[in-house]
Amino acid sequence: MTLALSGEEIASQIEEHFPGSIAESSQQSLVVDKEFLLAAATYLKTTPGLDFDYLTSITAVDYYDYFEVIYQLTSLQHNHSLVVKTRCYRRDTPTLPSVVGLWRGADFQEREIYDLMGISFEGHPNLKRIFLWEGFQGHPLRKDYL
Amino acid sequence: MEVGDVYSSRQLDEAEGEAIESLKAHRRQPISDPDEWLEEELKRNILLTSLDAMLNWSRRSSVWPVNFGLACCAFEMIATAASRFDISRFGMEIFRASPRQADLMIVAGTLTWKMAPQLRRIYDQMPEPKWVLAMGACAISGGTFAQSYSVVPGVNRIVPVDVYVPGCPPRPEALLYGIRMLHHKISKMSIATEGK
Repeated sequence: MTLALSGEEIASQIEEHFPGSIAESSQQSLVVDKEFLLAAATYLKTTPGLDFDYLTSITAVDYYDYFEVIYQLTSLQHNHSLVVKTRCYRRDTPTLPSVVGLWRGADFQEREIYDLMGISFEGHPNLKRIFLWEGFQGHPLRKDYL
Repeated sequence: MEVGDVYSSRQLDEAEGEAIESLKAHRRQPISDPDEWLEEELKRNILLTSLDAMLNWSRRSSVWPVNFGLACCAFEMIATAASRFDISRFGMEIFRASPRQADLMIVAGTLTWKMAPQLRRIYDQMPEPKWVLAMGACAISGGTFAQSYSVVPGVNRIVPVDVYVPGCPPRPEALLYGIRMLHHKISKMSIATEGK
């Protein structure tokens, strides 16, 4: 059974390396500031003992005030997992750094979030709609889409 | 006296040889085929009918469907094709992967706007005469997704539909009933009005 690592413990490790990067943390997850997302993700992937080499899924939630993007990470080597979240507040032009460079599996899922939530991922190699067609107006999974 | 003296293998071979020679000598001509009944059958087999009836009979007896499973309805369609329900009883066991060899498109499932051009293209590639069967609530009207931003509210927006089979998904019996209805429809066609 995959061991779910404590968000608080990992958060304190990340905070040690990147002061000011953690917005919130709990037993289940941690929320990293979007400015530090790539640094923290690289740290989680490359640090011996953590080795989060597999991105299980990315998903996004619309909380009206901000969008929360959730990364579910797994280490196949150590059989443990972690939930990392980040938030973006600009509703008109929400952007996040892309993690495709770290985990290739992020490619289609970031495109899906771009398509349905309207969050742009900077550095994505091919950011375009994936389910809907070119010319579709709006992003249907946003709470204010009708 | 030993058995071998009476039925030696030599004697058996000679007896066999004699039988073969005798058969060869007497069977110089073939026996005539028992075909006296043919003339009688021929009389009974002259069938007077209309061209329409014969065309429609041949068309409805082997309606080949094109693969168009879009969602969960496809599994009921597959079950219909498999041994338990077995649409080969109607001469339609071959689900064609190529629209060019198909007569019937069973639209089984939810059609999204993004898939719609492909559905139309496959329909256009099918040779005439062709029929469309809308299977399930989604294909008929968009079903539970009728108000959705991505779902076509009924495939009759894209292609003309001949038979609607309701259900979510319809059971194979329902699909078979729909196919029988299509057969009835085909049997009422006429080449005089075809293509209209």
